[in-house]
Amino acid sequence: MSHPLRGRTAIVGIGNTRRWNAPERSPFDQLQEASVLALEDAGLGLKDVDGLFCSLSTSGLPVLNVAERLGIRPRHADGTMVGGASFIFHLQSAMSALANGLCDVALICYGSNQLTAGGKLASMPDPQPYENPYKPRYPLSSYALAAARHMHEHGTTREHLADVAVAARAWAQLNPDAFMREPLTREQVLASRMVSDPLSKADCCLVTDGGAALVLTRADRARELPRKPAYLLGTGIGISHRQISAMPDLTTTAAVESGQRAYAMAGVGPRDIQHLMLYDAFTINTLLFLEDLGFCKKGEAGPLVSSGAISPGGRLPVNTNGGGLSCNHPGMYGLFTVIEGVEQLRGHCGARQVPGVQLALAHANGGVLSSQATAIMGSEDTL
Amino acid sequence: MDPTTHTDPRFDGPGPDAQYRQALLEGRFTLQHCEDCSAARFPPALVCRHCGSARLAWRVSPGAGEVYATTTVRDRAGDYNVAIVELEQGARMMSRIDGIAADAVRMGLQVQAHIVPGDEPFVVFTPTAGGTA
Repeated sequence: MSHPLRGRTAIVGIGNTRRWNAPERSPFDQLQEASVLALEDAGLGLKDVDGLFCSLSTSGLPVLNVAERLGIRPRHADGTMVGGASFIFHLQSAMSALANGLCDVALICYGSNQLTAGGKLASMPDPQPYENPYKPRYPLSSYALAAARHMHEHGTTREHLADVAVAARAWAQLNPDAFMREPLTREQVLASRMVSDPLSKADCCLVTDGGAALVLTRADRARELPRKPAYLLGTGIGISHRQISAMPDLTTTAAVESGQRAYAMAGVGPRDIQHLMLYDAFTINTLLFLEDLGFCKKGEAGPLVSSGAISPGGRLPVNTNGGGLSCNHPGMYGLFTVIEGVEQLRGHCGARQVPGVQLALAHANGGVLSSQATAIMGSEDTL
Repeated sequence: MDPTTHTDPRFDGPGPDAQYRQALLEGRFTLQHCEDCSAARFPPALVCRHCGSARLAWRVSPGAGEVYATTTVRDRAGDYNVAIVELEQGARMMSRIDGIAADAVRMGLQVQAHIVPGDEPFVVFTPTAGGTA
């Protein structure tokens, strides 16, 4: 028997400001614009929204700030903050709230001005007294430690990591909305300035502004709305630590758990997935999540990527918008993984469209590989 | 139990972070050990992360460990090491390996703890004499 939440809800609207470098716009401005776009896309209005889900790296009380600005008086709300994965946590929460009648129209929204605010990662105060004395670059050094361990245990190389960045750029060149579209070679990545070994500047995601939003309803209502619904077939979350020294195994993330939970709810496996978004804050992320979500064995993601499998024309389309590495990365990127999955399911992706996508997986990461969340979406045919 | 209060005496006194810091100030590097499953843990907390028990006891650590992961932070003011060291029973901490070039630190290197004194003391490591990866 299938899971009671499988296919009960759908994403009916998406909003993406595509303003990656937008001076004179606050995070709330980006968020509000994305929310308006998403609701217009859904054929709904702000007054229809009764479930509000948001988190920001710049506000400790996001639900209050956003509800006030949008004039929403929600009867259900969730401001869970687990870094960039927050929005797929919100997706799971919204799915349950909608299915149980706690709300009828859910809005998940985000905005950031990280680039124009000065390029520094604007983050909530969260002191780490057991890390600060050693001055790790946050969050980069934590990911570098995981990459170093992966290389040590599995023979992963800097070339493998570089090929992740090259594949992302090749996809970005097919996306007119991507922030970085110049050609990129493995040699250029390898020659990039080292920041925290083994990760160089080119192994790191972009720093941009941006805003994104999703609108969800129950499936019965979704069928009456203008857009082709992206049905939520399964979600899963996992949390393993806060600080990198407390991660049980630096080469295996809680994406193993989030993925298994999402697959179990959706009743599908990695072989069924036709389109894949993996939150690539750093090149090592793509390798870890390919392995942990079951697309190859542990330690084999490097050779898989270097074979061209995830590049345009490859057998496993990954991060087709260009990813956090080449499309955009406004502080917390998680919502954009879902938006690209929905666009692919709708068949709206132009030159980067993967033919005939019926089943798409979006995976987001937060903190320092700390929180993991997976969402599996499908077309009407997958119900 | 004191009839005028309802606090649980098992958790009386300074909290785990304060106890850890106080020991460092007195020159002792201590770790919590679970009295139920014997796992060691770091950073300090009220419960055993391994089994969930609230019965943790402090012990002075011998300070011997092994580099579990390492990175060199490239900085204009000079490159430096950041490492994760594995101590007894798998307890790990972020630290720095001194006494060796930052980029010469290798995973598996045997290291020994030292307390850097001060108002906010912290622990660094140096390679163990004769110890190699």
